[in-house]
Amino acid sequence: MKPVILWSDALIFLLVISLALFFWRLRRDPQTRERWAEVFSSRLGMVAFTVIAAYIMVALLDSLHFRRALENPESLATEEVFYDNKVTSVFDVLTGGMGERFERTYSAPFALLSFEKENIKDADGRDIRDFPPLRHAGQHLSHPDERAADILGKSVRALLWGLLLCALVITPQWLLLRGSRFPWLASWTTQAVILCSAVWMVSLSRHYHILGTDQGGADVLFQSLKGIRTGVLLGTLATLVMLPIAVTLGVMAGYFKGWVDDVVQYLYTTLSSIPGILLIAASVLLFQVYIDLNPDFFAVGMEKADAKFIALCFILGVTSWSTLCRLIRAETLKISQLGYVQAAHAFGVSHTRILGRHVLPNVVHIILITFVLDFSALVLAEAVLSYIGVGVDPSMGSWGNMINGARSELSREPTIWWTLTGAFFFMFVLVLAANLFSDLVRDAFDPRTSLRRASA
Amino acid sequence: MFAYIVRRLIYAIPILVGVNLLTFTLFFVVNSPDDMAASQLGDKYVTPEAIENWKQKNGYDKPLFLNPDAAGVAQITDTIFFDKSVRLFAFDFGRSESGRDITTDVATRMWPSLAVALPTFLVGIGVNICVALMVVMFRGTRLDRGAVFVFVALMSISYLFYIIGGQFLVAKTWRLVPISGFHTEGQVWKFLILPVLVGVVAGIGAGARWYRTLFLEEANQDYVRTARAKGCSELSILFRHILPNALIPILTGVVVLIPSLFMGSLLIESFFGIPGLGSYMLDAINSQDFAIVRSMVFIGSILYIIGLLLTDISYTWADPRVRLS
Amino acid sequence: MSREHQTQPTAGTVCLRVQDLTVTLAETGEAIVKGISFELQAGKVFALVGESGSGKSVTSLAAMRLLPDALRISGGSVEVSGQDLFGLSEARMQEVRGRRVAMIFQNAMSALNPVQTVGRQVAETLRLHTRLRGAALRERVVSLFQEVGIPDPEQRFDFFPHQLSGGQQQRVMIAMALACEPDVLIADEPTTALDVTIQLQVLNLIRELTRSRQLAVLLITHDMGVVKNTADDVAVMYRGELIERASVEDFFHNPKQAYSRRLIDALPDLTHFREAATDSPLLELEDVKVWFPIRRGLLQRVVDHTRAVDGVSLAIGRGETYALVGESGSGKSTLGRAVLNLEPIAGGEIRFQGETIGGLGRGAMLPYRKQIQVIFQNPFSSMNPRMTVGDIIAEGMISLGLALSPEERKARIQRLLERVQLAAEHAHRYPHEFSGGQLQRIAIARALAVNPELIICDEPTSALDVSIRAEVLDLLAELQREFGVSYLFITHDLSIVPGLAHKVGVMQRGKLVEQGTAEQILTAPEHPYTRALLAAVPRI
Repeated sequence: MKPVILWSDALIFLLVISLALFFWRLRRDPQTRERWAEVFSSRLGMVAFTVIAAYIMVALLDSLHFRRALENPESLATEEVFYDNKVTSVFDVLTGGMGERFERTYSAPFALLSFEKENIKDADGRDIRDFPPLRHAGQHLSHPDERAADILGKSVRALLWGLLLCALVITPQWLLLRGSRFPWLASWTTQAVILCSAVWMVSLSRHYHILGTDQGGADVLFQSLKGIRTGVLLGTLATLVMLPIAVTLGVMAGYFKGWVDDVVQYLYTTLSSIPGILLIAASVLLFQVYIDLNPDFFAVGMEKADAKFIALCFILGVTSWSTLCRLIRAETLKISQLGYVQAAHAFGVSHTRILGRHVLPNVVHIILITFVLDFSALVLAEAVLSYIGVGVDPSMGSWGNMINGARSELSREPTIWWTLTGAFFFMFVLVLAANLFSDLVRDAFDPRTSLRRASA
Repeated sequence: MFAYIVRRLIYAIPILVGVNLLTFTLFFVVNSPDDMAASQLGDKYVTPEAIENWKQKNGYDKPLFLNPDAAGVAQITDTIFFDKSVRLFAFDFGRSESGRDITTDVATRMWPSLAVALPTFLVGIGVNICVALMVVMFRGTRLDRGAVFVFVALMSISYLFYIIGGQFLVAKTWRLVPISGFHTEGQVWKFLILPVLVGVVAGIGAGARWYRTLFLEEANQDYVRTARAKGCSELSILFRHILPNALIPILTGVVVLIPSLFMGSLLIESFFGIPGLGSYMLDAINSQDFAIVRSMVFIGSILYIIGLLLTDISYTWADPRVRLS
Repeated sequence: MSREHQTQPTAGTVCLRVQDLTVTLAETGEAIVKGISFELQAGKVFALVGESGSGKSVTSLAAMRLLPDALRISGGSVEVSGQDLFGLSEARMQEVRGRRVAMIFQNAMSALNPVQTVGRQVAETLRLHTRLRGAALRERVVSLFQEVGIPDPEQRFDFFPHQLSGGQQQRVMIAMALACEPDVLIADEPTTALDVTIQLQVLNLIRELTRSRQLAVLLITHDMGVVKNTADDVAVMYRGELIERASVEDFFHNPKQAYSRRLIDALPDLTHFREAATDSPLLELEDVKVWFPIRRGLLQRVVDHTRAVDGVSLAIGRGETYALVGESGSGKSTLGRAVLNLEPIAGGEIRFQGETIGGLGRGAMLPYRKQIQVIFQNPFSSMNPRMTVGDIIAEGMISLGLALSPEERKARIQRLLERVQLAAEHAHRYPHEFSGGQLQRIAIARALAVNPELIICDEPTSALDVSIRAEVLDLLAELQREFGVSYLFITHDLSIVPGLAHKVGVMQRGKLVEQGTAEQILTAPEHPYTRALLAAVPRI
């Protein structure tokens, strides 16, 4: 086994570590702690956070890549180890090879037969045209009629295993947190639901395609799950690229005013005057041309896809800083008029120190709100961009690519609905959780809304 | 007022120059004409001669900024920058890579775009305001909280699903209208009704939620308490005091979008086969026709700047407190 | 419902009776107003006095049934002419509001609908409660405007609130309240947001209308001066309870509660003044100008300047307090900022200990920053909410390089905190845990931390309640005696000047119209503007 660290893997783990450190530092500030407590004291907040955490966990597991060592054929008498050209992730292993069971083409959820007729030989060896049986579904059944009972039985068994796993995961939390003032029960319930369905999916996918297969015969459920990493990474990395630009420029413009302000305002007006989608599309296409002309930069196909993905994150980040920049500029303008900044001037405190100690800590709430809000917007944008053809590489699983591949199939009879359903469900749950969470974060951190509640 | 508008228009010039420089850098410096030729011609035919031919045919065989071979003013005018970017200011968009006149294309294609975008915009605002008002009437109750949850849920659905779902239900299952297409003669509305419907429904979540916050913000103002102290009923407070005040941020927030309605919607137009500017852009992106993309970027930024100007003007119109200077 | 049928109540009739009114927080059940009772009589002004948080405004809102959702009326009754308001349906209550009980609010600018003309807003009240329509309605509004003293009432009818001055806005509010000839008028701090000279006019108007219309007025205020000038009867409210009730005469001559005594003592004593301290000048201003450019036209050329400070000359001696008095917009705060070098000066000279400091660069100014410090008006915004009190006080010591070791610094912070009557362990707390008065003391400690010679106090007490105001002023005076520090005390309130300042300067529209010793200015003012300011000061 040989670990492979893609650029996006490195970045996401870096991000997670820095976020953890950031929040650890924030703990010292009692006001921030109080506001977070407010977010988590609602059951909705707990549920939304647990769901997001589960998605992030999947994304992280799916970001631990390695290449399997190949067993050398006996004829090759060498100690050298060769590695599989295919990059696998820890998540792939955990799903029990869900992604390795390919069919020939479409098949419906829990189906035993393919969706399209083919020329096959029947039991007597005659050529007939019929629905061929699937290679990886219901092989263990002696008769197709047993299917319903078999699914039920396997589901119950999976559920029991799931509950056992829940007990293992939740009991220590319960022992640790039972006196807490936060509604942990909501989180535990959510965890239980997620764990049980995970166990159910993994165990049933050994015998059936739970969400069917797509045109290329790949398991739709697995693809939907692989879309999680793309969505989560895009949502966080693009914001990460955008933050430093927006914060630096916004704070400088609002604090120094004068020509600095003029330049920054000019920059973001110019940028936001360009239709965003065109700018993104053009940039992505240009990068695509660059990759096409320099194919030898990348060792494995996955690295090429990854480079394109990182580029997409950068492009989205660089083109979308103007909104946050504007907000931060306005807030900084307000803060620099306040007594404490004036007092700092009167004490002769240096500009860098004023910016670092007085201005930045007091715009953090805007950054935070934007971060959570943009996350869901970016996940949604990915689907649109992939549809337009300037999204992530088709070889990289993403919800946008799934929708793009399946949208024309709705007009077929009978309708092929499962690909869209899979993408829709996993995307909707993530975006909904993120949106609900961002609402709560904004309610807690936005001084305008908290003021309103105080006066009411 | 007049001086203000003139001044704003003068301010727009550096912005347009900036847009131009940026696109020029993107298309000609980051990506040289040679790269463009290579990708346009495809892998098979890439020979140095073919590239030169292609560049000559499309007018990319000149130097970027300064032409030392030419004399006088031509040193500057006989360059790619002048040909491809400066000419945009005179609304001379030139020809697309496939040889069509972009100006004509834009002029014919903006009307179908407008035919879809304008009704979507107007109906959308109306529907959102009505929904938000209804919710605000029940502020603080379970109904209000439930509605906010529904708004957030609606916001969390990708635009693509609204379109796909709309086409599947209305056009395919119920067979009420054609799935896609567009004719200028006869029953145009038949082709418009579904895209408009999808556009409006997709916007409810975000729109109504935003308007609700605006209404609530106004409902907490002091003058509302004064109106109550006068003996106004809750309903008349909502319509006579809160609504006119909340319309100011609503109006000024949406006015900036009005000019951009000409650009149409990329997704709606491509799904419903409407021959507008949105699908024009999408086709250009897919065929990597950078001449069109460049022109559309320019048009888009001009419309945005007009939108900003209209926003300022609409402020003075809607809010007696604001005077332009 | 027409007004011909309305008979004016005779003087002394009880128009509104509040009995055992109790208001609680809806969430916790904590009582904000604890069973208070009083009654309003026709033709008399009843003043309800108390400091912020005493529950006086809640009482008035409860009487109108206009409490925000977070508060709940949990007991008692409010009767208007024998009818219990708490028993009415919401629709019936709407007939009472504006018709029989009317209300005016503190900040007229925000209490008026910004996008409706003032005429229409007054007309709306009449539309709601009378059958007046069309030209007759307009005529009635115009005559109301005339009655409350709005000039050019015909034209003002079509003005928007922002086009009127603060005093005129409050007059519009009064016209709106009186439109339907109510029996009862509730005035919730009607003059707090106004300049002192305008304050007096508005109070006089309320006083006149009380007599001419036989109104029963509930005047809610924190300002004892207002009470003395306007009210007939007084009730003092403290933490949700009425602790004392009396007629105005009795109350001011013989207050029963210690708390009432404190409120009265906050009124100025115009007989004792401080003598000029020294002759050696510490700070000298000579013809100082601060101008802000006004840009106009196509190219935004500077066509004129707003002369915020227009040629001010003054001198402050060592250990001396110079009070700079003026109304909002007179340029007094701008002058303070100019001395701190936070605002560039357009002309003139600022000398500190004989050295010119006006127009010095950031670096060159640094040595003087140790010597000139500042205390701001709003204690809540003058401290970074994300820093501990210790860090806030330490900031100046660090940035101005007082060369103290961390231990010394810590000890100094402790000493300073104790000196301003706080505890040493407060250094680890954050600003939001303190009250306004405590924060202002921390601000004083912060200024003192670098051993300044001069502290610019920019309205340091105007955001504080009267009883706390006195404490902070006393502390400032004590520290002056102890450290020999000078103050440039910027204020709009002449009444705090006597016990505080050695010298006084009066500013109007950027110019210093009069200056002299405190005694000169307060006993023998020469400039008409100073006289007008002084006339508005309440006295015992």
